[in-house]
Amino acid sequence: MPAKVQQPKATMSRDALWEKRMNTIVPLVAIFLGFLVGILIMLFTGRDPLDIFRALMRGTIGIDTTLIGTGSLWFNARYIGEFLVFSMPIILTGLSVAFAFRTGLFNIGAEGQLLMGSFGAVMIGVLLDLPTIIHLPLAVLTGVLFGALWGFIPGFLKAKFNVHEVVVTIMMNYIALYFANYLVKALPGSDNVKTVPVAESASLASDFLSNLTNNSRFHWGFILVIIALIIFWLIIEKTIFGFELRSAGFNKHASKYAGMKVDRNIIYSMMIAGAFAGLAGVLISIGTFDYGRVLSVNEGYGFDGIAVALVGNTSAIGSLLAGLLFGGLKAAQPLMQARGIPRDITNIIIAAIVIFVAMRAGIKQIFDRFRTKEVE
Amino acid sequence: MDTLYSMLALALVYSTPIIIAGLGGLFSERSGVVNIALEGLMMFGGFAGATVTVLLEPTFEGGAHLGPWIGVVVGMAVGALISLIHAFLSVNLNADQVISGTGINLFAVGATVYLAQIIFNQQRTDAFKQGFSKLNVPVLSEIPFIGDVFFSRIYPTVYIAFILVIVTWFVVYKTPFGLRLRSAGENPHASDSMGINVYRIRYVGVILSGALAGLAGAIMILTQDIQYTVFGIHGTGFIALAALIFGKWKPFGVLYAGLFFGFSQIIGIYSTSIPLISGLPGEFFKIFPYAITIIALIIFSSRTVGPKAAGEPYDKGKR
Repeated sequence: MPAKVQQPKATMSRDALWEKRMNTIVPLVAIFLGFLVGILIMLFTGRDPLDIFRALMRGTIGIDTTLIGTGSLWFNARYIGEFLVFSMPIILTGLSVAFAFRTGLFNIGAEGQLLMGSFGAVMIGVLLDLPTIIHLPLAVLTGVLFGALWGFIPGFLKAKFNVHEVVVTIMMNYIALYFANYLVKALPGSDNVKTVPVAESASLASDFLSNLTNNSRFHWGFILVIIALIIFWLIIEKTIFGFELRSAGFNKHASKYAGMKVDRNIIYSMMIAGAFAGLAGVLISIGTFDYGRVLSVNEGYGFDGIAVALVGNTSAIGSLLAGLLFGGLKAAQPLMQARGIPRDITNIIIAAIVIFVAMRAGIKQIFDRFRTKEVE
Repeated sequence: MDTLYSMLALALVYSTPIIIAGLGGLFSERSGVVNIALEGLMMFGGFAGATVTVLLEPTFEGGAHLGPWIGVVVGMAVGALISLIHAFLSVNLNADQVISGTGINLFAVGATVYLAQIIFNQQRTDAFKQGFSKLNVPVLSEIPFIGDVFFSRIYPTVYIAFILVIVTWFVVYKTPFGLRLRSAGENPHASDSMGINVYRIRYVGVILSGALAGLAGAIMILTQDIQYTVFGIHGTGFIALAALIFGKWKPFGVLYAGLFFGFSQIIGIYSTSIPLISGLPGEFFKIFPYAITIIALIIFSSRTVGPKAAGEPYDKGKR
């Protein structure tokens, strides 16, 4: 056997490698500090911080540690199913925000795109009567398309008029909230709270998956999430389009100079971001529930998506992991409440993690200081 | 006619928090720090104001209703305190101001409800019996029309908004601090070379925005609600941001935009009883301020109206 030729190990400079390492270190430090803040607040307000980890354990893998050895049933698969139900939409809104980030765009509008996607899928599910093989894909694609169209507006305004996408997407969230409510109520059979159930042929719900997880609401949407993760990864890492997006994210002017159609890419990028968020809405409306809902306030999936994208370092795998982390925290909320811990401690922890990620420069400085010592 | 008077008077009440929080955004953005945390800061202000008012009620029973007044002052202080996080992140750590603002908005949702559960054992504060009460201004309320709209059965907090607009205009355009504030937001490097401490100016800008947003939140809860809930502010912070943009980052612009948005909300409430628009769905009026802001942004886009350096971290070494 011929000796393996020693490949030159990455041509990256030491600094670039260090940067890359910081991309993993900063989110981990932020997560650690975020939990620390949560624990301190609990201690200050006279609650047992261990309860949060017990609730997390039970809310994600279904094991109730307090029941082990007591003879009672200490494992319940339903929690695993519900944990995934909580995680799936925020993984997708995370992908949405992350995708826009790659182009240097800040998509605060995942929430609105989600609502429009949610409506698109329900509309097809309620209005049409088709065989499953056509109906379900049509409902999913319509939802995705509606999300993409809602993303098109800020993308177009940014590209053509240089209107800042942050402000537009914030406004679009509220417009979507009320507009989607109006549309939902206009569907035949709807009352002031929800639509009629979607046709079974357009539902992602599954008795099989539900039974598997002890009657949870777990549904076929998980396959769509996996597909979305792969598509995200393929576009960003494997296509020229993805390269152009990343390039524009680094330096818009240089990309323009190199002949890339930056403006067009901004529009595409926001549309793809909208499509991911739209899919999140699809999962909620024809998966978790099987009807469209009239909402009085935004539910915060978009903002959770921002947290997911930031902590996941705007990558597919990072969004998956961060989505599961935050999904777990959300899933554990009712369990905490039952133990007398205000459920909102999880929102505080998520917020603290985002704030610490925003401190990236500060965290990096501290590590840089250690590093210079190391080099000396 | 009475309906019209009460509509206009109610529009003033709804405009008040929009205007005050919008002025807060003005101080921050004029100094060069984008503040999308207005919503969260208003939530903190609203929570603090409601909590203080509820807790003080036994103290002031039967006597002077000082509770809400102390409430708004505390709300203001809490808003200023929380905004320190945004100032530290944006000014000292060169953090992305949008991320920082988003973090604070998320934090407000979690922290206010968490504290409500610790203090009141429920997801919201207890209901206060004595929020602000409406009053008639002697003499002035006798003036026809103007007296009916501005001086009869009106919350005193409405006047705070008008006074603050004038004070803000004076501070921003007529004082050395205002000049420094504007220069920090337009060209921080030039102002630095003139010996202005850009970091300090931006800190002051952000803290003022926190104080005003906190005040706005407290006033909003204490005039439009009976208790603080997580839905109490319901997007008013973002409407204030819209009013700031629509008002072209100018104090009187914020006033007019705030009145306009407040009035459009009121029309939404009364829409079913106004013949001409009763056919329009209620959602139309709720969408209105947000849609009009986007349109305003498109119209402004050809000209630069906002502070040039807003959103850019100031790095002394960079040129």
